[in-house]
Amino acid sequence: MNLSLYRRRRLWNGFFLVLSILAAGFGLIWLGFILGALFYNGFAAISMKLFVELTPPPGEDGGLANAILGSVMMSTIAVAAGTPLGLFAGTYLAEYGRYTRLAFFVRFVNDILLSAPSIVTGLFIYEVIVVKMGHFSAWAGAASLTVIVIPVVVRTTENMLLLVPNGLREAAAALGAPQSSIIRAVTWRAARAGIVTGVLLAIARISGETAPLLFTALNNQFWSTDPNAPMASLPAVIFQFAMSPYADWHRLAWAGALLITATVLTLSIVARILQPKRSQ
Amino acid sequence: MADIALAEPMSSDAERAVAVRRGGSRDTRFRLFTLAAALIVLGIFAGVMASLLIGAWPAMAHFGWAFLYTEAWNPVTEKFGALASVYGTLVTSLLAMLVAVPVGIGIAIFLTEICPRPLRRPIGIAIELLAGIPSIIYGIWGLFIFAPWFQEHIQTALVDALAGVPYLQDYFGGPPYGIGIFTAALILSIMVLPFISAVTRDVFETVPHVLKEAAYGLGCTTWEVMWRVVLPFARSGVVGGAMLALGRALGETMAVTFVIGNAHHIQKSIFAPGTTISATIANEFTEAVGDLYLSALIEMGLILFFITFVVLASAQLMLRALERRAGSAT
Repeated sequence: MNLSLYRRRRLWNGFFLVLSILAAGFGLIWLGFILGALFYNGFAAISMKLFVELTPPPGEDGGLANAILGSVMMSTIAVAAGTPLGLFAGTYLAEYGRYTRLAFFVRFVNDILLSAPSIVTGLFIYEVIVVKMGHFSAWAGAASLTVIVIPVVVRTTENMLLLVPNGLREAAAALGAPQSSIIRAVTWRAARAGIVTGVLLAIARISGETAPLLFTALNNQFWSTDPNAPMASLPAVIFQFAMSPYADWHRLAWAGALLITATVLTLSIVARILQPKRSQ
Repeated sequence: MADIALAEPMSSDAERAVAVRRGGSRDTRFRLFTLAAALIVLGIFAGVMASLLIGAWPAMAHFGWAFLYTEAWNPVTEKFGALASVYGTLVTSLLAMLVAVPVGIGIAIFLTEICPRPLRRPIGIAIELLAGIPSIIYGIWGLFIFAPWFQEHIQTALVDALAGVPYLQDYFGGPPYGIGIFTAALILSIMVLPFISAVTRDVFETVPHVLKEAAYGLGCTTWEVMWRVVLPFARSGVVGGAMLALGRALGETMAVTFVIGNAHHIQKSIFAPGTTISATIANEFTEAVGDLYLSALIEMGLILFFITFVVLASAQLMLRALERRAGSAT
């Protein structure tokens, strides 16, 4: 028996296992550090004013009402437009095209769009909508968010439909149901919780999205419900306020950041609860 | 939505034939609908490429290939070169991967081998939360909390300690601003960590138990099993996950914009301020006057899209191949 070799192997083993524990600690510490700072600075700035007053000029008191309205409006339009499109495209991939070359190609492109830089999406919408219309607008902002919603919904819809057991489809087909009825009445219904999860994840994804809004919806310091005009949004206001030298604006930026994070974390937790367990 | 033609009671053969035909045409319409939606996804992708190419054309025609290797960025004289931004993008992302890949794999090992079972889910979810936090939150945190802390407690000490050491003082020198390439890279590494650890953990779980048990049976330590059996088996998945994370890091905008410092120069020191493609576009696009300036920014977007496309496409091909293998193995 070579005891020194044995001891050395045990030492290496212990060394690397400790390293991997430290790695997990590394991740958790940053999470704590970020959330801690966010809650500490954000809560100090949260008040009723935030929801009823407009974004102020520097040095004055104000809230984020117009930015909250803008974010909600543009996200709603984007989800309303992107969900049906994503749902149908995901249905095509899972139900009709499953093994065709076209479906393979669409899946590939969709996954690229899913992780493509969102700032490029903004450039695309700028070229296609802002330049054609001649001015920045909430429509353009919503359109750029739609482009981000679609791939998320496509991906989750396809994944969730694939989890539906084929026996269900076959049973419905054996009853003589046409395929479109099978999809709408059986597979969609069976996958409903999963599809809703996808939509929630998409909302979570766009509610913090900043880059594409900067040069599509721009910003607006007034109360505006006109989708044809530039519109404020929480992330764009946070960006503007945080980069400024004014302490009041910094406070509002922290409050906005806390609002966004709370929204996103709530959505992802609800999505996680709804999500069906991965089948074995 | 749930109107099944069958639910209606049918009396005669003729009525039944009508119902079948109606179902058939409805079927075709529905199928074409879904097909159209799938084609729209392709259309978006084609639209992104086409619009970037068209928007970038004036700059491409004006600067040619020199755009890629000149560092000058002067809006006044309309001299534009992407080198400093491309350099910043690549350096921040690669530094981020240098930190994130080993740490991400370490987290995956921790979660699959060491962590007590009841803690696995909560810790896994906590790590995944890092991916859920919007990038602008990383940005504001980086600017107000991390950069000042880093500047005060670590950077100054490090710069002092390394002053006078050949080579190292060039790479870690300069005035300690707090913001800069290194800060951006570190924040990026935290952001992409969950992508690596999640994919790695998933592929670790596809490793057949018999392989691990056989290695343990030979007397291997946990580390030896991980290093010699599990990692080689899961290699393509780990590389795919890392590429996915790299794709994210390359295109990340807001977190970087806040802390990179916006300097269109290439400097040796990784503590120096710099810029990235996405930060340049985010900062300058709405203020860009002149068609050539705008077009140069769009060409940068095109370069970014091209780089991320290559990285993400190879990530996907690797992960797809793995999925197929996992599918055939079970």
